Amino acid sequence: MIIGLIDHDRGKLNELSLQMLTLARQLAGQQNLPLHAILIGAEARPLVERAQALGVSTVHLAQHASLSEYAPGAWAQSVIEVLKAANPQAVLAPGTERGNEVLAHVAARMNLPMAANCTEVQPGQSYQLTRMRWGGSLLEESRLTGAVKLLTVAPHAVATEEAPAGECVVKEFTPALAEKDLRVRVTARVESSRDKISLAEARFVVGGGRGVGSAENFKSLEELAELLGGAVGCSRAVTSLGWRPHADQIGQTGTRIAPEIYFACGVSGAIQHMVGCKGAKRILAINTDPEASIIANADYAVIGDLNEVVPAIVAEIKKAKK
Amino acid sequence: MNTFVCIKRVPATGGKIPLTADEQEIDTRYLGFAISPHEECAVEEAVRLMEAHGGTVTVLTLGPDAATEQLRDTIAIGVQNAILLETTDHREWDPTATANAIVEAVRAEGKPFDILFFGNEAADTGDYQVGIRVAYALDLPCVTGIKALEIKDGQAIAKREAPGGWEVFEVTLPAVFTVKEGINLPRYPPVLGRMQAKKKPIKRSAPQWSNGGLEKVRLKLPPAQGSKVEILGKGKEAASKVVEVLQKLGVMP
Repeated sequence: MIIGLIDHDRGKLNELSLQMLTLARQLAGQQNLPLHAILIGAEARPLVERAQALGVSTVHLAQHASLSEYAPGAWAQSVIEVLKAANPQAVLAPGTERGNEVLAHVAARMNLPMAANCTEVQPGQSYQLTRMRWGGSLLEESRLTGAVKLLTVAPHAVATEEAPAGECVVKEFTPALAEKDLRVRVTARVESSRDKISLAEARFVVGGGRGVGSAENFKSLEELAELLGGAVGCSRAVTSLGWRPHADQIGQTGTRIAPEIYFACGVSGAIQHMVGCKGAKRILAINTDPEASIIANADYAVIGDLNEVVPAIVAEIKKAKK
Repeated sequence: MNTFVCIKRVPATGGKIPLTADEQEIDTRYLGFAISPHEECAVEEAVRLMEAHGGTVTVLTLGPDAATEQLRDTIAIGVQNAILLETTDHREWDPTATANAIVEAVRAEGKPFDILFFGNEAADTGDYQVGIRVAYALDLPCVTGIKALEIKDGQAIAKREAPGGWEVFEVTLPAVFTVKEGINLPRYPPVLGRMQAKKKPIKRSAPQWSNGGLEKVRLKLPPAQGSKVEILGKGKEAASKVVEVLQKLGVMP
């Protein structure tokens, strides 16, 4: 069988789990194998239906008083117990923080190899994979061995597709958790203030690169963002220069944005930045250099100095609003 | 407080990734190199802990002789001990093989470390597992993806970002932490420090390559999208066209 580990936070599903189950079902279907899933913690029980809709025939539901808060070691122990009892061909998890983390724990404890962020999987004695490097700017074809194949599925590599209606059995079990499994565990939570539109969720984002020239020059970008109810972002060069906080950084090691349109101002378009704006529906680049990589990656472009163009756009919007 | 930081030398990529003809590597003939971003912050965090609590910082990298450039950059900001696990051919070290070599090197140091730092994932291979594997081999707790760290009386309070806020983890040292960029703003190696770093010794050893079970076959670029850019104009005269686009997309309030 093929098993998928579903990522959730206290019962709230991480939707990337459904993409992972879609790929897992294809992998199982290709070989006529059943598809199972693992859900961890009592709060995850309502997610059985979601798994069933994706074609899961058995859900292994781990129940334990200590599973109420996320503990990567405890999650891994739960997966290992299913793995030992059911002897699957592969265990998949979504390429989320928890998916990658828990599967790495399983891999370390079982002394198995693991492949992170796969986009394509071909079964066999060893698996032929395609996986992401550089946040997806580069792909790697690789071979994965191991008695049980462990891999995570890259976000948005496959689209979620529901399966024809079928039966789903729930098998509850209580993992034998040791003290060590719980020594790393969420002990508290801090909520962020909600007074600002978050960069990740903004419908409009205006980002600045080194071409902005100074921290002060971000004022016109802030004005534009405010006019359109959006958020300001920046490139890694800008955070390294100390012009903006890291929380504003768009990119592979920063925030991934997904607005209707992203205004990239004075941004060169390095791959590390482009990874962060792949989710933007459209990109409008403002740059003095028509040869900049960002221009080739954009839908619209204005060739010119952003410190003239952005204030002109602000003025034009104010005029149109009247 | 004695800390140990593992870093990786990666190409400083620009707008494109050129590949070698055999599709085994990035063609770095015209590229510079840097410390992978998360690890650069891990080094900074370790140096700050040393400045606040005393002790030493040891930095290790697994890579070719040229990776001494990245080790020396860390010496330039205050790291005392640098270790190069030198690789002599172009064979890829998968995460299992890398973790095994690091574990051996930590044990060979013969002294306990309070904290082992890693990057959450390397910028290039993105394996998300080396720190966790090392933690298990050394029987230490491991908190991944942290963006804040506070040390008090042998206890560590680490925070990682989660949707809508932060998750807090409290662990007893010694421990392993994998760091994310944003935990701090790394300082730039000063010129004088870089000059002095050139003369500092680097401890070298040549670990034995092993097959960890994840084997690279070849690299390839994702399918090219083909440029579809519409040039709206030059300079501020283009502003009205920009507003038209915003109206068309329904972004104008």
